[in-house]
Amino acid sequence: MENEAGALSRVAGLFSARGYNIESLTVAPTEDASMSRMTIVTSGSEEIIEQITKQLNKLIDVVKLVNLSEDEHIEREMALIKVKAVGEAREEFKRLADIFNGRIIDVTEASYTIELTDSGEKIVEFIAAINADQIIEMVRSGVSGIARGEKSLHA
Amino acid sequence: MELTGAEILVRSLKEEGVKHLFGYPGGAVLHIYDALYQQEDVKHVLVRHEQAATHAADGYARSTGEAGVALVTSGPGATNAVTGIATAFMDSIPMVVITGQVYSNMIGNDAFQEVDSIGITRPCVKHNFLVKDVADLAETIKKAFYIATTGRPGPVVIDLPKDVTANKAEFNYPKEISMRSYNPVVEGHIGQIKRAVTMMLGAKRPILYTGGGVVLGRGAAELTELAQRLNYPVTNTLMGLGAYPGTDKQFLGMLGMHGTYEANMTMHHCDVLIAIGARFDDRVTGNIEKFCPHARIIHVDIDPSSISKNVKVDVPIVGSVPNVLQEMLAILKDGDKKPDEQALGEWWKQITEWRDIDCLKYDEQSGKVKPQQVVEALYRETNGDAYVTSDVGQHQMWAAQYYKFDKPYRWINSGGLGTMGFGLPAAMGVQFAHPDATVACVTGEGSIQMCIQELSTCLQYGLPIKIIALNNRYLGMVRQWQEFFYDGRYAMSYMDALPDFVKLAESYGHVGMRIDNPADVDGAMEEAMKLKDRLVFMDFVTDSEENVYPMIPAGAGLNEMILV
Repeated sequence: MENEAGALSRVAGLFSARGYNIESLTVAPTEDASMSRMTIVTSGSEEIIEQITKQLNKLIDVVKLVNLSEDEHIEREMALIKVKAVGEAREEFKRLADIFNGRIIDVTEASYTIELTDSGEKIVEFIAAINADQIIEMVRSGVSGIARGEKSLHA
Repeated sequence: MELTGAEILVRSLKEEGVKHLFGYPGGAVLHIYDALYQQEDVKHVLVRHEQAATHAADGYARSTGEAGVALVTSGPGATNAVTGIATAFMDSIPMVVITGQVYSNMIGNDAFQEVDSIGITRPCVKHNFLVKDVADLAETIKKAFYIATTGRPGPVVIDLPKDVTANKAEFNYPKEISMRSYNPVVEGHIGQIKRAVTMMLGAKRPILYTGGGVVLGRGAAELTELAQRLNYPVTNTLMGLGAYPGTDKQFLGMLGMHGTYEANMTMHHCDVLIAIGARFDDRVTGNIEKFCPHARIIHVDIDPSSISKNVKVDVPIVGSVPNVLQEMLAILKDGDKKPDEQALGEWWKQITEWRDIDCLKYDEQSGKVKPQQVVEALYRETNGDAYVTSDVGQHQMWAAQYYKFDKPYRWINSGGLGTMGFGLPAAMGVQFAHPDATVACVTGEGSIQMCIQELSTCLQYGLPIKIIALNNRYLGMVRQWQEFFYDGRYAMSYMDALPDFVKLAESYGHVGMRIDNPADVDGAMEEAMKLKDRLVFMDFVTDSEENVYPMIPAGAGLNEMILV
C-alpha cells in the first residue's frame, strides 16, 4: 500500500467498523520507499474473507492485495519470551530453545530472554511447552508472509 | 507565477468547472475567503449551518451528476459537516468537501477550533487528504475530484491547514491524473455478460430490480431500452426512482418495506432476478432468509464489494451500468433468441392481478387532508416534471410512492443514512443547479425544523423553493411503528409547541400558506406554483393518524405485506 500517513488507520478502521477479526497485523516500508507492505492474519467464513478482500481493495491507498493462504507461502513471526530461569529450569530452557531453533539473547541470574522466529503455529507450540507461570513477559511481532517460489506481489 | 494556497484552491475549482461553492467562513479558512472575494468565477453561497452546506452540495450533485463542493472551517465547522458527508457517502454521491485546519505546527496541540477532521471523517468518505505542502495542493484537488466522480462515486474531504493556504507555489493544474492504487473497472467481463443474457432469455418469470447505480452511472436510457426490448417488468429502489419512467406500463413502482404489492410479489415469485446498480439493502430485501426463494440472480454493479455482500448471486458482473447494458443489448440484437413469449404472457397476467389490488388506494372521503392527496396534487400541478427533494419519514415514502418520476436526477432524498434536515438545503443546491426549474421540498413538521434556519439563505439568494410540509403533529414514521409494535405507546413522537409556520415563513420574508381543508388542496397548490419567484411554505394540516402502506414488518418476507 501507499506509504502514507493514515494508511494504517484506514485498514484498522475498516476491520473495526465492519466487525472483522484481526489476529495480527504487521506493516513496514519496502525496497520502494513510497510503498509499505502489510500482512494481516484474519479469520472468517469464505464469504467474510471475500468481503474483507473486496473492502480492502476498495481503499484508495491499497495498491495490491493477495490472499497468501490460497497458495503456497511462507509465514514468519518473531517472539521474545522472558522466562524465570533458576536452578534446573536453566538447563531445561536451553534444551527447549535448541529444539525449537530459538536463541537465548539475554541472560541474568534469574532470567533468560529467548528469541524464536518461526511460523505462528510453532511459536504457539513453544509457548504451550512452557508453564505459564514461568513466563515473566513476552512479545510477538505478528506474522509476515510471502509467496513461495518466484511469484511476487509485483506480478 | 507563484500563487498562495488559497488562490491555488480557487483556481483549481475553476479548472474543475465548479460554479457554486456552498460554505460558511471561520478562522482557519479566512485566506480562502479572501481569495474567493477577489474573483467572480466561483460563486460562494453562504448557508446558515455547515450541515446545510454539505446537503446543498449533495443536492447539487444529485440533480446534475456532477460533484458538489462545500467549504467549512476547522473544528465545529468540520464536525457540523459530518452528517452531510455521511449522507452523501451512504448514497454514493460525488462531493468534495474542503475543511479548514489549524496551522500545521499546531496540529495535535489541542489548538483553538482544532479537531482531527481526517480521523473523524475517515469511515464516511471515499477518501480524504491532509495537505501538508502547498506544492501538493493542485494535484490533491485533481485527485479528489477524480476519486469523487469515478467508479462508485462518493465524498472526498480535503483538510487544509491555514499555513498551506498562505504559503506560495507555482500553479500548474494537472490535465490528467492516474493513480497506481485506484483504477475502477468500467468494462464488464464479456463471458459473464453472455451468461447473464442466456439466463435472462431463459427466464419464465423475470424482473429487473434497479437502483441508484443506474442514476449515478448514467444508465437510465440503456435500462429503458433493455427493459422495453425484453418486455420485462421493472421495479426501482428508493434511490433508483426515475431511472425507469414511472408512468410506463412495465413499471411496477418501488419495492421494499414500503414498496407496492405488485413489485414485492413479482420479486418474491420471480425465477430470474436481474439486479442492476442496486445493493440488496435490508429495507429492500426484508428477511434475507425469505428473499426471492425461487430466483437465480444476476447482479451488475461497479463496486465488487456490493456483489454477494448480503445475498449470494449466480452471475456477478462488475462494470459500469451503461457499458454492461450496451453489451447486453448488442448480444440481444445480434442473436436470434427471444424471450419466452408464452411464459411472459402468463407472468404479466399474474402481475396484472397483483396490480389490480391497487395497494396505493386511500380514503378520499375522510374530510381530512390526506398526505397522499397532497403529493398527487403536487404531481399534477407540476406535470410530473419538478425536482422533488424530501426529508425522512412518512412524507418521504408518500413522495416516493405517489410522485411518478419519469426522469433520473429528479428525486433527491437521503436513502441510506436517512437524514432528517436534508430536504430544504438539498433543494437549495438543486435550485442553484437549475435556476428555472420547479423545486419542491416535501417534508414534515419534524424534519423541516432540523434545518429551518436555511429559510434565511433562501431569502438572501431569492430561491423560489416550494416547501410542501405534511404537518401531522407527529413524528409520523416513529408514531406508525409505535402504533404497530409498541401497543400505541407514543413515546416522544408527538410534536407539541409547533411554531406557526405561516408566520415563520413570513418573518423570513417568504410566503406562508396553511391548508386544512381537503377541498382547498388543489387550489392552494396551483396558487403556490404561480408564485414563480417566491419561496412558498405550504403547511398542510394532514390526517395525523394516516400510515404508510403497504408495509413489510421486520422479519417478514417480501410476500408478507401489511396492506391496510
